[in-house]
Amino acid sequence: MRGLWHNLWLIPALPLLTAGITSLLKQPRRKAAATLAIGSMAVSFLLSCLAFAGTLGGEAARHIHNFAWFQMGSASLQLGWMLDPLTAVMLVMVTFVGLLIFIYSVGYMAHDENFTRFFCFLSLFAAAMLGLVIANSLLLLFICWELVGFASYILIGFWYQKPSAAAAAKKAFITTRIGDIGLFLGMLWLYKETGTLLFYDNGQGCLEQSALTKLVGQTIGGGMAVSTAISLLIFCGAIGKSGQVPLHVWLPDAMEGPTPVSALIHAATMVAAGVFLVARMFPLMSTGPTMETGGTPVPLTTALAVVTWLGAITSTFAALIAVAQTDIKRILAYSTVSQLGFMFVGLGVGGVAVGMFHLITHAFFKALLFLGAGSVIHGCHEEQDIRRMGGLRKFMPVTFATYAVGMMALSGFPLLFSGFWSKDDILHSAWQWPVSKGPFVLAAFGALLTAFYMTRQMCYVFFGESRTGFQPIPAEHGNDRVGQPGSLSYVTPHESPPVMTLPLVILAVFAVLLGFLGTPAWPWFQSFLNGENAHFGLAHLSHALPTMLLSTLIAAVGVGLGWRLYGAKPIESAEQRDILQEKQPTLFRWLRDKFYVDELYERTVIALNADWARLCDFFDRWVWGGAVKLVSLAAQGFSDLSKLLDEFVVNGGFDASCRRVTGGGKLMSALQDGQVQNYLRAVALAVVALVLALLWGCK
Amino acid sequence: MTTAPLLTLLSLTPLVGGLVVLFTRKEAARKAALGFSGLALFEALHLLLRFNSATPQMQFEEEHAWIPALQVHYHLGIDGLGLLMVLLSALVVPMAQLLSSRSVERPHVFHALVLFLQAGLFGTFTALNFFHWFIFWELSLIPAYFLIKLWGGPQRVAAATQFFLYTLVGSVAMLVAFQAIYLATDSFDFQVLAKIGSSGELAAKLGQLHLGGITGHSLVMLVFAGVLLGFAVKVPMMPFHTWLPSAYAEAPSSVTMLLTGAMSKMGVYGLLRLVLPLFPAQVREWQTPLLWLAVGTIVLSACAAFAQKDLKRMLAYSSVNHLGYCLLGIFAVAGVTGTDARWSLEKAAALNGVLLQMFNHGITAAALFGFVALIEQRSGGLCGLDDFGGLRNAAPVLTGLVGIALFASIGLPGLSGFVGEFLIFKGAFALVPWAAALSALGLLMTAVFLLTLVQRVFHGPLNERWSGFADLTWPERLMVTPALGLMFLLGIWPQLVISFINTGSVQAVAWLAR
Repeated sequence: MRGLWHNLWLIPALPLLTAGITSLLKQPRRKAAATLAIGSMAVSFLLSCLAFAGTLGGEAARHIHNFAWFQMGSASLQLGWMLDPLTAVMLVMVTFVGLLIFIYSVGYMAHDENFTRFFCFLSLFAAAMLGLVIANSLLLLFICWELVGFASYILIGFWYQKPSAAAAAKKAFITTRIGDIGLFLGMLWLYKETGTLLFYDNGQGCLEQSALTKLVGQTIGGGMAVSTAISLLIFCGAIGKSGQVPLHVWLPDAMEGPTPVSALIHAATMVAAGVFLVARMFPLMSTGPTMETGGTPVPLTTALAVVTWLGAITSTFAALIAVAQTDIKRILAYSTVSQLGFMFVGLGVGGVAVGMFHLITHAFFKALLFLGAGSVIHGCHEEQDIRRMGGLRKFMPVTFATYAVGMMALSGFPLLFSGFWSKDDILHSAWQWPVSKGPFVLAAFGALLTAFYMTRQMCYVFFGESRTGFQPIPAEHGNDRVGQPGSLSYVTPHESPPVMTLPLVILAVFAVLLGFLGTPAWPWFQSFLNGENAHFGLAHLSHALPTMLLSTLIAAVGVGLGWRLYGAKPIESAEQRDILQEKQPTLFRWLRDKFYVDELYERTVIALNADWARLCDFFDRWVWGGAVKLVSLAAQGFSDLSKLLDEFVVNGGFDASCRRVTGGGKLMSALQDGQVQNYLRAVALAVVALVLALLWGCK
Repeated sequence: MTTAPLLTLLSLTPLVGGLVVLFTRKEAARKAALGFSGLALFEALHLLLRFNSATPQMQFEEEHAWIPALQVHYHLGIDGLGLLMVLLSALVVPMAQLLSSRSVERPHVFHALVLFLQAGLFGTFTALNFFHWFIFWELSLIPAYFLIKLWGGPQRVAAATQFFLYTLVGSVAMLVAFQAIYLATDSFDFQVLAKIGSSGELAAKLGQLHLGGITGHSLVMLVFAGVLLGFAVKVPMMPFHTWLPSAYAEAPSSVTMLLTGAMSKMGVYGLLRLVLPLFPAQVREWQTPLLWLAVGTIVLSACAAFAQKDLKRMLAYSSVNHLGYCLLGIFAVAGVTGTDARWSLEKAAALNGVLLQMFNHGITAAALFGFVALIEQRSGGLCGLDDFGGLRNAAPVLTGLVGIALFASIGLPGLSGFVGEFLIFKGAFALVPWAAALSALGLLMTAVFLLTLVQRVFHGPLNERWSGFADLTWPERLMVTPALGLMFLLGIWPQLVISFINTGSVQAVAWLAR
């Protein structure tokens, strides 16, 4: 549809309007809230599809629309939105996954007393996320970026009565804000150097050639190009938002939020915003030295190398932790951290298309897994510990089938599942990366672990005999949801209602089908993002065959190992120790306790911050305040001294003269005592004296 | 201009109002006071409507000879900055009156003092001659002193005395400095002084004086330091801020709304109206240490806020932190001379940011202390961070509305705080990158302590003690609505304010270029 990009703002505006209206609805208006939210999301989805279709037509690849926000001095601050393949893909993904999760939430949140509020917050999130995606200005992107962070904060803390949820919400906001400070400074720097924050502005934008040339040309201390410094600062924001090491600690805790939130925000969309940011800023990040490999220049910038290495480290690190977790959602959370690492590797070694392909496929299968986990939790009466599940495939067939699809996609099960193709694409690019094979090795190991821990989880949750009736086991470190002993009676798990299973089925279909849009034989997705036409050719396939075989091998080894350890001999009781724990107790403890990163931060950064705050307070009260008190004491002492002086020196003389005056006065007043006869006597005496004197004088 | 003396009327309204309220019946005092502050608000809005935003010139000017022998003229006028501050004072005072406790003792005296304070504010923000400007500056201090001393918390006497003496020391320093300026220039007029200040003539003339054996450059710097001290105490700038936490914490919350909402802006206003125009070269000379003080104000106060155990003390430090950004912006723009268009743009951005921040902080901080007042009314005066817990369970509407104000304070985009801070940082980062980068730590720390506040007071399970905690009533919701509405409005559409401050900022930049 022509000209839709003029009105692209409608796509985020609709959910925003819904959020506004819903915030004013009273709690009992459940149906109205859900209908409005789902309705506006559906319309946004349709509009996104139209916009997407518009980018297919081979018209100019990028439409922009800029406008002035406010004046400053003689210039004005410009914001804008744009439509290009990257935006279009994200729009469709966010609205589609969002729509399904909205529908699912109707079932999942049915018994929650703040149902209306939940849809208000979800709509606000959707609006901010869609705004982030269409932004043609780093400032607008940052604004929406902060707003998705805010939405994430209020949704993680949705069950604010739970202290753990309240703490997790705060942790999420602050940890991501650490990264955001970097992004903020990077944005200011970019603004300073280029004079604009518009990405594209008919040649004047900050991602266009003239600006980039200028940025590469300048260097700061240490010979680093300004473009590199800005890229790294901006990447800080992505590290925080996408939960990369060392700022990954908030994401697993964010699972305190309701499961649809975990699926939508902390798996499919918001956490991928960091990846999207790097993809959006890719022209800046990739400006610099290149190397020819196979006829195409590959960017080899410091910024991209950092992105690659950090992603590779995170992908393995988080996968290792996921191996030893027992909370169904936390396993998936660490898996998300790990997969986001894969995406960064993809961006770093293969460019926008490779990273984005995994982002899109991951959004679908991870949303599927989270919603499946939600269905499991719902069916097991709010149980999240996989040790107290088991045998669920009999009770929850639809959930089992769809979860299995998601698990295969995530593990990279060959050919049929989307995750295989997107992960293979990353491994293939990493193998060809001319700088180092390190990221490839790390990512391959991460992929192996992924297949392993997902198999472990499947075995614990769906296979074997049901362990739901067992007594709850005593609290252990890292496991904070333990009921009172004996309070759980034997409960039978049940399948979830269709409003929850239908989204699962739809997502499962896409978790399979999406892969075929980006196979080496027909890389339509990659070509679309790069603005090229895709060609079908089996020749590409043969080129990619070695890594495909390797990926297959990795997945097979991971699944096989997992099945051997956990599936072959069913787990019998919830108290049974993990088989890894039996064999490698020390290693298992480290993995289970997440390499003690939280504890490390607790002892260092957080403790230091608290001490520093107390020091500042002490300084204020006693040093500055003390100095002021000292001055006032000195002033008081001085005034006391002068008081003494006054009393004994100045007043002494003064008093003496006063006394004389008083004495004289007393004398005089004694004369004037008001006794008329005395006056008369005096007058008489005076008259006599006068007469005598006169007589005397007249002689 | 031969129009009605609107500015004189504006200052007279609360002054007369205060006198009237003093002699009304106790029961009617609150309503009568609201009537007068409402009238003042109406007058201020009238000024806004008639204000010509296309020119940086002073408007609604009134000038009459008063003591010709001393060059003292009664000279009033406002530009965008003055108008913004008048609007802020006109908004914050009725807000504070509405949210003040109904059971306040001697309400007629209380409300009369609040109106006198407003008169002082209006006078300060409209005066263009040092003589009566200083009278109003001091006039606003006296009602504030009595409001703290008579209606404050347990430590009120000490807090009030410290507040009064501290500010007085600053004022005396400033007064002496202006005596020297008068000796050198024979003028008390702000506009005259600004003109010779920006051309460097003021410094030259001051340097020729001989006062107590001091002369030349050291005398100029001494005079500059005297003027600066007066405002630095008022803002406050580290290390002259120690009066503030106890004054804000001991004053009744409605009075703190006035202190932080309007009175703290007098300091920043003075820096913009007097220090930058009169002493541009001197600010430049001391720029690095001054920027360090600004960074310290921002970062250390945010850190100190984290250590507080009392809502009011925490918000007091938060207030210091937010005004620190104004200091950062002001000291940053003094750095570079010349008319290079690029620097001019950055400076104009920073100055617009400072003005926006002044207004936004005034509204936000006043609203936050207003919420504290509402909480105190329910808790019997308790406002420790650990006295509550889980209030959201009992009072969801209160929590939601406080949340809006808190996130405006944190600087969440979409709410008013963000735009001002963004513009200050944009300008400051271009002009003095190191100071802006260090100050960004303050943005992080603000989030840390304000979210801690939310977590401890509102989230978690409900503290049994407050199971009967009442949510906001409809009248209370209406009282805070204008402030919250402004937070959204100015967050989304800042042009509303920028439209009438921008020309002034551009002119200030032009003056600074010399």
